[in-house]
Amino acid sequence: MDILSLFLIVPAITILLLVFTRNLGQARLIALLGSIVQFAMSVHLVFAYIKERAIDDSIMLFTKDLIWFEPFNIHYSIGADGISVTMVLLTSIVVMAGVFISWRIGELPKEFFIALIILATGVYGFFISLDLFTMFVFFELAVIPMYLLIGIWGSGRREFSAMKLTLMLMAASAVLLVGILGIYFNSDTAGNGFTFNILELAAANIPAEAQKIFFPLTFIGFAVIGALFPFHTWSPDGHASAPTAVSMLHAGVLMKLGGYGVFRVALYVLPEGAVEWSWIFIILSAFGVIYGAFAAVRQTDLKYINAYSSVSHLGLVLFALLMFNKTAWNGAIIQSLSHGFMTALFFALIGMIYERTHTRDVRKMGGLLKVIPMISATYVVAGLASLGLPGFSGFVAEMNIFVGAFEHENIYYRIATVVSVSAIVVTAVYILRVVGIMLMGPVKEEAYLQLPRVSWYERVGILLLLLPIIGIGVAPLWLSDLIYKSLHPFIQGVL
Amino acid sequence: MTWSNFLILRHEVVLLLIILAILVAEIAIPSKKKGSIIHFGIFLFGIHTIVGFLPMEENQLFGGMFRTHGLIHLVKNILNIGVLILLLQSAEWIQAKLTSEHKASEFFILLFASLIGMYFMISSGDFLMFYLGLELSTLPVAALASYEITKRASSEAGIKLILSSALASGISLFGISMIYASSGSIYFAELVDLISSNHLMLMGVILFFSGLAFKISLVPFHFWTADVYEGAPISIASYLSVISKGSAVFILTILLFTVLKSLIDVWENVIYALAVATMFIGNLFALRQQNMKRFLAFSSIAQAGFILLGIISGTSMGLATVVYFILIYIFSNLAAFGVVQAISGQTGKENMSDYEGLYRSNPNLSLVMMLALFSLAGIPPVAGFFGKFFLFTAAASKGFYWLVFLAVVNVTISLYYYLLVIRAMFLRKSDAPIPFFRSKLYMRLGLVITVAGIAVLGIYSPVFDYIYELSMNLMN
Repeated sequence: MDILSLFLIVPAITILLLVFTRNLGQARLIALLGSIVQFAMSVHLVFAYIKERAIDDSIMLFTKDLIWFEPFNIHYSIGADGISVTMVLLTSIVVMAGVFISWRIGELPKEFFIALIILATGVYGFFISLDLFTMFVFFELAVIPMYLLIGIWGSGRREFSAMKLTLMLMAASAVLLVGILGIYFNSDTAGNGFTFNILELAAANIPAEAQKIFFPLTFIGFAVIGALFPFHTWSPDGHASAPTAVSMLHAGVLMKLGGYGVFRVALYVLPEGAVEWSWIFIILSAFGVIYGAFAAVRQTDLKYINAYSSVSHLGLVLFALLMFNKTAWNGAIIQSLSHGFMTALFFALIGMIYERTHTRDVRKMGGLLKVIPMISATYVVAGLASLGLPGFSGFVAEMNIFVGAFEHENIYYRIATVVSVSAIVVTAVYILRVVGIMLMGPVKEEAYLQLPRVSWYERVGILLLLLPIIGIGVAPLWLSDLIYKSLHPFIQGVL
Repeated sequence: MTWSNFLILRHEVVLLLIILAILVAEIAIPSKKKGSIIHFGIFLFGIHTIVGFLPMEENQLFGGMFRTHGLIHLVKNILNIGVLILLLQSAEWIQAKLTSEHKASEFFILLFASLIGMYFMISSGDFLMFYLGLELSTLPVAALASYEITKRASSEAGIKLILSSALASGISLFGISMIYASSGSIYFAELVDLISSNHLMLMGVILFFSGLAFKISLVPFHFWTADVYEGAPISIASYLSVISKGSAVFILTILLFTVLKSLIDVWENVIYALAVATMFIGNLFALRQQNMKRFLAFSSIAQAGFILLGIISGTSMGLATVVYFILIYIFSNLAAFGVVQAISGQTGKENMSDYEGLYRSNPNLSLVMMLALFSLAGIPPVAGFFGKFFLFTAAASKGFYWLVFLAVVNVTISLYYYLLVIRAMFLRKSDAPIPFFRSKLYMRLGLVITVAGIAVLGIYSPVFDYIYELSMNLMN
């Protein structure tokens, strides 16, 4: 059994076992065991990858290729490079933290964990796929459980938000489907038949006209899930209604599929199309960066603040990817990871605060630092990481992105970069504003003085997400190293 | 009839014998035990389905009027499986209706007669046999649609079906006569070379096409569908939507791909327009349906629009994707109709709002329905996704990217209304949900088979490989 297929088999077994559980205790135990095994596997994968990389020079390691549908040349083809390995690690950590945070999930616990693990399976599969067809399958597999997760366990306008999110993401995947078919039927440049394999597609040099037609479809198809402006509207509503663990997975992992897909498929397979179209998408993503930040300033609901902050941060990922520059790309991947841990942490904390104060309105809270110190202090740390303070992961990512982006001699790129950089200032405004109003100052309500303390499972969940943020911030080089080497073939393909 | 002829006509002859056996049983079984005819009928048809899978020689009979081929044989078997599932799902309903007015034997005899008509239709080697099959397959269904003679809606459905289908067959026959006038032959094998693009021929082809479009309920020939589905018994509605539609799609595809191959430039445009109209009208009308039978009626119209994307390609790959989709569609739609049938049979409720809170009272039925709807909507990893993806691939292989784009827009629209049902079952809570009940053994068996099909047919790729191989074989 190869090491990557295990990432599909272990969740599948977890789901199978979950079907036979009878109550919350059993369900969360199985889900926890499953996620711990996945976490252990992903840590092992990182080390195995580093070891293997030292001796193996090929683009993808741990590859496995089985023919699935022969008439269409569809394969079950998986493999990993440094980028997918780190993404898998991110996923496993966020899923495990999500299980801890959902320790007291109310109704239908079994179904909740099953849907959660199905989502995780889709994400794992997406990150390790080398075949566009299987990648697409996993993409949809990751999206559809969101409908049930938000719809059944959500709050507020859950039915509306769940429907909006599902339809927008499915519409995106529909557009992507046309792009994928277009790529497929233009891949026979060498006379060897059509292929869905990403590596073969990149080598096939798809004709420039076809690239120009299908790049926007492929790019938008992926970028919608990466919250590209103006297709980001599903995300804030989805966050606001989702239960805590789902918000964590949604922002921490699911939205990363966008940037990853853009990088792995749109840019790598269709480089000439990307050059042709990048100007418009640079404008859109730079605008998204600014827009998300300003929108976050105006919000009073904690979840909306962080949802718009996600739009801003992930806009930066797409922006960096369109810079065609190794440093910027490195930054984009680190930003994806950093944002994954950070937002998951934010949403976990918001969930805990909401459970205690029963409100998410910033204006109604105050002085929380005095009553729930651990949650509040962690919120401050996450906030500082989010606004890019040195010593945390956000700084490493944004530094890389902006240095890389500014390397372009072209005045157009430089202006776009300057515009995006200015979002950092706005980020500081909305982060510090929340910290100031909600955490500092006098305790606003009597009832807040008796808020329950942080329980052990919440503590574990917080630590799981906090450690990587600090880890990446303090020692970014090993991660950079892992990613940077894997960028080689991609940058060569594009330039 | 020689032994080898019998082997080629095996499906038809065996089913005819089953009809005779049921007729004898009706006479022989005392009136107190009439219920056993149901078990008898299902048992015999089960045997017939299994025997049907024995290998069959490729040959023709009656001077080319009747022919067999691997793919035709496969489609007959697919239809058999569909009818078997349908019988299992309807057993309880027939039992409940059993009176002197509703004889179980009538139901079986009429249904099997119609199925024989379909066998002849898809095996036909000339237009005469085709027309006989078409009529034989339609008339008994009209009788079945008004099976519940004490219900007004049921009688109305029967009348509507027979009037509109008579008109459609008439038009089709008129078209055939024009094709004959223009070419001088009705044999498919000869027609391949005789087809020309003169006006009379084109007119004939279009008229002939309309007759089949009626059976597949393509827009604008779809007006009968929703009313008939709503009025007819659920078993008959599901028979019309899967078995009848599946066989008509298959023979249409075969005729377009082989006999009318040289006119591809003409029918390509027709199919294009019909596909767009059918998908949009079907989906948009389905959005606001409250009655589950009407809902599934419009959903099945939209599905027919998707099937046209496979037909438009005109290649053996397209043929394979169409047959594969029919197979998957039969399982998915029968699962959905089966759940509607089970709930309607138990409580008489047929509206979407009645399904609210269903998951909490009847989790298994809800899960079956969810799988069926996901399969119809084309969500992986269930079979419907693969069926649809391949249909779109077939259309894209000929460069119809715009059509594929319109189709995927429609997939998103359709997802909305399929999710409405899921919303009712899973998200909503109800003060008075449908209470928990256990279905009868036959119904459960029927649903289990459909679920197994939905789960396996997509992921297990040899199924498609096999169909693809047979299609390649037929086209060359």
